[in-house]
Amino acid sequence: MSLQALQERIREAAARRRALRVRGGGTKDFYGNAAEGDVLDTRGYAGVVSYEPTELVLTARCGTPLRELEQVLAERGQCLAFEPPHFGEGATFGGCLGAGLSGPRRAFAGAARDFVLGAKVLDGRGRALAFGGQVMKNVAGYDVSRLLVGSLGTLGVIAEASVKVLPRPPEEATLQLELDLPEALERMNVWAGQPLPLSGTAWHEGRLFVRLSGSASALQSARRRIGGAALEGDAARRLWCDIREHAHPFFAGAQPLWRLALPSTAAPLALEGAQLVEWCGALRWLRSDAPPEHIRAAAARAGGHATLFRASRKDVEAFAPLDAAKLRLHRALKAVFDPEGVLNPGRMYRAF
Amino acid sequence: MGGAVPAHEIDLARQREVVRRLREFLPERAVLWQEEDTRPYECDGLTAYRSLPMVVALPESEAQVQRVLRACVELGVRVVPRGAGTGLSGGALPLGNGVLLSLAKFMRILRVDPKARLAVVQPGVRNAAISEAAAPFGLYYAPDPSSQIACSIGGNVSENSGGVHCLKYGLTVHNVVRVRGFTIDGEPLDLGAEAPEASGYDLLALAIGSEGMLMVVTEVTVKLLPTPQLARVVMASFDDVEKAGEAVAAIIAAGIIPAGLEMMDRAATHAAEAFAGAGYDLDAAAILLCESDGTPEEVHDEIARMKSVLEAAGATKLSVSRDEAERLRFWSGRKAAFPAVGRISPDYYCMDGTIPRKRLGEVLLFIGEMERKYGLRCPNVFHAGDGNLHPLILFDANDPDELRRTEQFAAEVLEKCIAVGGTITGEHGVGVEKIDQMCVQFGAAELETFLAVKRAFDPGGLLNPGKAVPTLVRCAEYGAMHVRGGALPHPELPRF
Repeated sequence: MSLQALQERIREAAARRRALRVRGGGTKDFYGNAAEGDVLDTRGYAGVVSYEPTELVLTARCGTPLRELEQVLAERGQCLAFEPPHFGEGATFGGCLGAGLSGPRRAFAGAARDFVLGAKVLDGRGRALAFGGQVMKNVAGYDVSRLLVGSLGTLGVIAEASVKVLPRPPEEATLQLELDLPEALERMNVWAGQPLPLSGTAWHEGRLFVRLSGSASALQSARRRIGGAALEGDAARRLWCDIREHAHPFFAGAQPLWRLALPSTAAPLALEGAQLVEWCGALRWLRSDAPPEHIRAAAARAGGHATLFRASRKDVEAFAPLDAAKLRLHRALKAVFDPEGVLNPGRMYRAF
Repeated sequence: MGGAVPAHEIDLARQREVVRRLREFLPERAVLWQEEDTRPYECDGLTAYRSLPMVVALPESEAQVQRVLRACVELGVRVVPRGAGTGLSGGALPLGNGVLLSLAKFMRILRVDPKARLAVVQPGVRNAAISEAAAPFGLYYAPDPSSQIACSIGGNVSENSGGVHCLKYGLTVHNVVRVRGFTIDGEPLDLGAEAPEASGYDLLALAIGSEGMLMVVTEVTVKLLPTPQLARVVMASFDDVEKAGEAVAAIIAAGIIPAGLEMMDRAATHAAEAFAGAGYDLDAAAILLCESDGTPEEVHDEIARMKSVLEAAGATKLSVSRDEAERLRFWSGRKAAFPAVGRISPDYYCMDGTIPRKRLGEVLLFIGEMERKYGLRCPNVFHAGDGNLHPLILFDANDPDELRRTEQFAAEVLEKCIAVGGTITGEHGVGVEKIDQMCVQFGAAELETFLAVKRAFDPGGLLNPGKAVPTLVRCAEYGAMHVRGGALPHPELPRF
């Protein structure tokens, strides 16, 4: 599939004002509000465009399977340091950036948006626009490529993107400690303020798992400092993969799954339902049937926000509401990039 | 460079009107309009451009900032925000008959939260002061532009400033989690969060590096990192610049991300050594400074790996800092490179392009050709780890022909950066300085999009207009002067 073909589809849709549902592997169909419109399948526009391990930069087209891209990196001892979740077999690079989600290492290495260096974007008129570039430092023009990350395809189709990649850590170790949530929050935040090679934390039902990544010598001294019991290699890898991919038993079942993004030091929230806590306390997954406004208010009081991440019911807005100033800016930016409102309308907020 | 901003007459009636309006809510000392008071604000760190502001406003509270902005919108006056005025691209250059909004009085560190590893500061706080305030907790703020003892965090946010530790620790955009402030209409904006992100679009990413054109920032929350227990630096000499470039690639290929990785060519080394006495190898064609930080065990292992990679890459001499004093001495020459060059030439012009590292040899050869073509010397310092090149063209501003040659030299080098797949500015910003090169780096559709983004925040075009993003008309005029390969850039535009 050519870039022109994608552009043509968008131009046509804009001319007829027909909504397009931008879609890669469909592994994140559940995320955001219900999507509507004719499917614009991006999988045909695929392939790694360039990869220079010594430049730490990879450029690929949106339809490139995420698994394939990670394989290419692994062959050269490198990785996407934000550890993106796939949520299924067919996850694509474009979907990964459009959703903007990051895995366990996010609290220590940075989020998807932090690694994006540039993007070729198709706007709602089908124009191909290039922002940023393939270099680490670039302050020419507004940082539109980062704006697009996590915008769920509502501002443009990320046709191609360049990301910073990093060496895979030479060694990993996972430790397990028995702690209640207040004590776990306290320790995670104290450790995060110390020069320790942390690369993941997860607390669930009285157990805290801590992952360390780095040189063998650094891991050794950190293990002494943190204590707990070591988890064997395969079991540890499976644990972090299951948490990232929501294959952990906590995520099973049909009860609504909420994603609460909070200041890491926020006290445990008094909300009904089970929790799994990542990112030193900054990410709290909640299984709860509590009223959405109740959960959103609690998150807001704690200085964060709550996203209805996965639910069978689609009558609730997926994302926390915006204040008046931000809502105006969101609408204005939507009008800049997609004046006919054809790209994933309503997927992020029903209003646009 | 110089002369691009037309001199203007201050409209005295307009000035009286604006002063009267601002004095309704600002004390006398916070509204400057007499020339002896406004003169210090006529330029920022890019001194080749000067323009006297009509009025300087120095509010000290958020409510006052909001009222200044509302008053300016009401009167239709343009506003230019300013931090410490150390910027190198003219982002804080005053606009004719406009108000210069100085945030210099916003000097307070509001909160250091060691547990959450955050500091909440006002925009006028100096970059280095944040790390000083965090030091008792074993924490620091990572981005360290070389002006860090003087530059303000508000200015860093405007320019998305970098420093020598960016490759490992990121730029301003990676280390600022939240900003508060106002749109030009005085509407409060609160972008980002102390949580991992805010809901909705990543407006924080858009605001950082927007050169004061989208909002006025009145509060900044930064991430603090644990101070590494130990840092040591390897200094390596090379008899050939290209070999030094290959050594940089070899370090990365070995899976090492150094805390800092800097290169200086012979001319820069000589200037820096004479100024700082850092102990540099004056016989080397280029030297590399390669820093490792972390726990003592990590640093021990990493330094050993760095040394073996650098040796294999043909280093002619290697020394490793034995203690903190020696590490700082090795860095002192690099950090003082700009003033050092300032001593060997009446003036110097610091450029700021980024290139893919593998094209370094080619770009340095090109700069050598330009030195001969324009008859001007140009030492080079290079943030080698992230490909950010700072060629320093030496000239005498009193010689109009040298100034002209310097401008052409600089323009050719920036366009070379674009041609090899890089960018015209890695960390200094576009401002007024590189606005014409924006026409080369971007096409009409991208520039139109930038201008539309600007209008989304500032429909009336009153907040620092005309900086960073050229109009298409300006590009058409610039393009008419720079015909390359027989093709005009932006052929779709009408010509004047």
